Amino acid sequence: MKSLTILKYQWKDLLRGKWIVGYGLIYLLIADAMIRFGNAGPKAMLSISNIMLLLIPLVGIIYGALYLYQTREFTELLLAQPIDRPSLFWGLFGGLAVPLAVAFAVGTAIPMIYTGMIITASTQSILLILLLGIVLTLLFTGLGFWFALKFFEDRVKGLGFALVSWLFLAVLYDGLVLLAVFAFGDYPIEKPMLALALANPIDLARITVLLEFDISALMGYTGAVFNRFFGSLMGISVAFSCLMLWLGIPLWRSQRQFDKKDF
Amino acid sequence: MKLFKITTILFVGLMLLLSVRSAIATQVTVSKDGDITSVQTGIDQAQPGDTVFVREGRYIEYDIRINKRITLLGEGEAIIDGDEQGFVVVVEADSTVIKDIEVHNSKAGFMDDYAGIVVEGAHYVRIENVKLVNNFFGIYLAKSEGTVLKNNHITASHQRETNSGNGIHLWYTKDVEILDNYVAGHRDGLYFEFVEGAFIAGNKSEKNIRYGIHFMYSDNCRYERNTFRDNGGGVAVMYTSNVDIVDNHFADNWGSSAYGMLLKEINRSTVTGNTFTNNSVGLYMEASSRNNVEGNEFNQNGWAVQLMANSTDNTFSKNNFVANSFEVSTNSRMNYSNNFDNNYWSQYEGYDLDRDGVGDVPHRPVRLFSILVEKQPQSLLLLRSLLVDLLDAAEKFMPALTPETLIDSKPQMEPVL
Amino acid sequence: MISIQRLRKDFGTRTVLNELDLEIPAGQATGIVGPNGSGKTTTIKALLGLVKPTSGDIMVDGKSISGEWEYRNKIGYMPQIARYPENMTIGELFQFIKNMRGSDTNRDRELLEYFELDNEIDKRMRALSGGMRQKVGAILAMMFDPEILIFDEPTAGLDPKSSVQFKRLVHREKEKGKTVLLTSHIMSEIEELTDHLIFIVEGNIRYDGPMRELMELQQEQRLEGAVAKMMEETAA
Repeated sequence: MKSLTILKYQWKDLLRGKWIVGYGLIYLLIADAMIRFGNAGPKAMLSISNIMLLLIPLVGIIYGALYLYQTREFTELLLAQPIDRPSLFWGLFGGLAVPLAVAFAVGTAIPMIYTGMIITASTQSILLILLLGIVLTLLFTGLGFWFALKFFEDRVKGLGFALVSWLFLAVLYDGLVLLAVFAFGDYPIEKPMLALALANPIDLARITVLLEFDISALMGYTGAVFNRFFGSLMGISVAFSCLMLWLGIPLWRSQRQFDKKDF
Repeated sequence: MKLFKITTILFVGLMLLLSVRSAIATQVTVSKDGDITSVQTGIDQAQPGDTVFVREGRYIEYDIRINKRITLLGEGEAIIDGDEQGFVVVVEADSTVIKDIEVHNSKAGFMDDYAGIVVEGAHYVRIENVKLVNNFFGIYLAKSEGTVLKNNHITASHQRETNSGNGIHLWYTKDVEILDNYVAGHRDGLYFEFVEGAFIAGNKSEKNIRYGIHFMYSDNCRYERNTFRDNGGGVAVMYTSNVDIVDNHFADNWGSSAYGMLLKEINRSTVTGNTFTNNSVGLYMEASSRNNVEGNEFNQNGWAVQLMANSTDNTFSKNNFVANSFEVSTNSRMNYSNNFDNNYWSQYEGYDLDRDGVGDVPHRPVRLFSILVEKQPQSLLLLRSLLVDLLDAAEKFMPALTPETLIDSKPQMEPVL
Repeated sequence: MISIQRLRKDFGTRTVLNELDLEIPAGQATGIVGPNGSGKTTTIKALLGLVKPTSGDIMVDGKSISGEWEYRNKIGYMPQIARYPENMTIGELFQFIKNMRGSDTNRDRELLEYFELDNEIDKRMRALSGGMRQKVGAILAMMFDPEILIFDEPTAGLDPKSSVQFKRLVHREKEKGKTVLLTSHIMSEIEELTDHLIFIVEGNIRYDGPMRELMELQQEQRLEGAVAKMMEETAA
């Protein structure tokens, strides 16, 4: 109930800041352009998912951290009011993560509707992309919150860690994986590789996209481990469960941190 | 006037001749409750040119020999069941017709190529509307000329390659027509060896254990409007020259050695108007030269084209490459005169400032990443990662590992119709 | 009635509050004084649940506040440095907190008029001067008419006129029987407003009792002198 009051206020505040509208517009323009140039087929979907994999984690983690710093006054004001900390935490989180997710989903869906792509393209692919985008938004906003709470007194440190983490998860991590593949390629490394991929939420989301759009290539791989993993329902369910874990753990940690924190 | 008279006379004469013929030809009826209860007996009692008419029912018989020119015609569910004892029907006479009948359960074996219908050394045979179920080989043609297989339905449900033969098997045949047949569940759907001048059209071959079609040493054949989908290894064609592969569909062949179509030592042939959809590899070319690959659709394959460097002088033009994981991959930095101009590539990232429909910068369909995957297949898991995109972009800017001459200098901005 | 029992708070290795035992009498005004960094604000924050004690407990009306939040319904708090969401107007802020607390009080109107802020109600917080913010903080603390009022350095940013206005208001609340807790560096203010005095140095209580008694004990007419003397004793 009190979370809702907080949510309502924050949404109003975010809308007034116009930032969130701009964020949604970015997706609208991108999706529109991709559908225009990609002939509404799987090519457009792939382009949209590529942008999504790049942009959502970056915006989520940075803005998640920044937001906690920006709303510090608001938080302190509310903490002295009769409200329990979990409600306040979820109010703060929902106040940012939900509008971000909605901006993405609506921004991406509108061009799909007016171009008729929603009818012509595979519904499963569209839903997968929208769902993944939403999960990624919640996940990385949660991570941003976590960093901000860990370094609550030092914004530069918090934002720095957030940015470096994104860079690590988005690029460097895969670089290390690639190096490992070339260093240990002669050993049976499929299982460790899968484990590595599952340990990075961006890779996890990316592999879910691969399962939808590149299954023909994945099935062309010579190796029973990948084939068994990707060829069955297990692949998608394991990937999704890991994604849920990745969503849950930072939020759970953040909430505990928020609960025990001195303001 | 005179001409008219002559034609009239000729026509009347022809009609007379025909009626006399049909008066001579008689029909022998085989039925479960009639005088003749065995197909073989029916054939034995028939004269050349007669029709052996098989009434509805299941006739457990094997090694039935057709040694004179007859028409074997069935009615309703007329089933000849070989009971896994041997060949079911053996055709030895020219111009035999087998029509509207079912042939089930030939013997399976390793020493002999048992088949539902075997035609050996007989020419101008016609097999039409025959349903072949659970035979080792379906229709087996050896040393046959001018034979026609039309609208047959050939299925088997064997699980392993070793106890399954081919659906339609041709060995040393000439000028055969294979039209509108359906083959599923065999080892190879269609298998040709030393076949000359065959015309294969409108067939559908799917869910076979190995290949949808497998042919070698079979020159001057034409394949048209066939569908090959979801076969264990896709389609493999080898050691052949001068074939036309036109307007076929190659789809849903998934696996580490599954190809929409594999070409090995195929020369001077055309591959046009085909669609390759959802295959692990769309078109694989090895040691193949001077082929023309034009106007095909490559959609959502793992690899649209794998071109081995020992393939030379092939032309790829006016093809559409849409949403494939990899567009072209190869195994060398060398490219021997294979030309890739005028295709549409959905991975093309160039621009068209002069708006003439042709991209202003060339397209490099071979990504650096495809070479990495070639070297270390496990890295496939990094597909579509930012890192890989960055590596590809760097390579496009300054090619170091990808073949420099394998480019499309006239990439189309819109799909080619 | 607020009772603090063996309250300890460590920030890292630094002990800010060292096993504090305090009784803050109900219906009276209590002043907390002490040098900078002595733990006054931390004590107040612990009472509000903003700071989690390392050990010890705080009871409000006989109930521990550990893990609780409903007790804050009884508390109005005016922080030392008042910071509010910058984009909100005064009116929105009040309305929002009213929604939060599920109250439809009109006292904010009266108080706005009292502090001559009634014309500024549509101003955004970022446009307000420090003094105005302090007044907003004072209104927020008092508008719900809570039993316990906590003021942390309330007059620090106020001009003399507003300061007088504020003190008059606190007097009125006190007479209504509210429990008032106040920290200040201005001893005259403490002397003026409170009856009970708590003196904290480095997280330890040096004095806890009626203000009059302390002044008699130190043989001083003014609180300022009494406190200064006590500080010298502590230093010695």
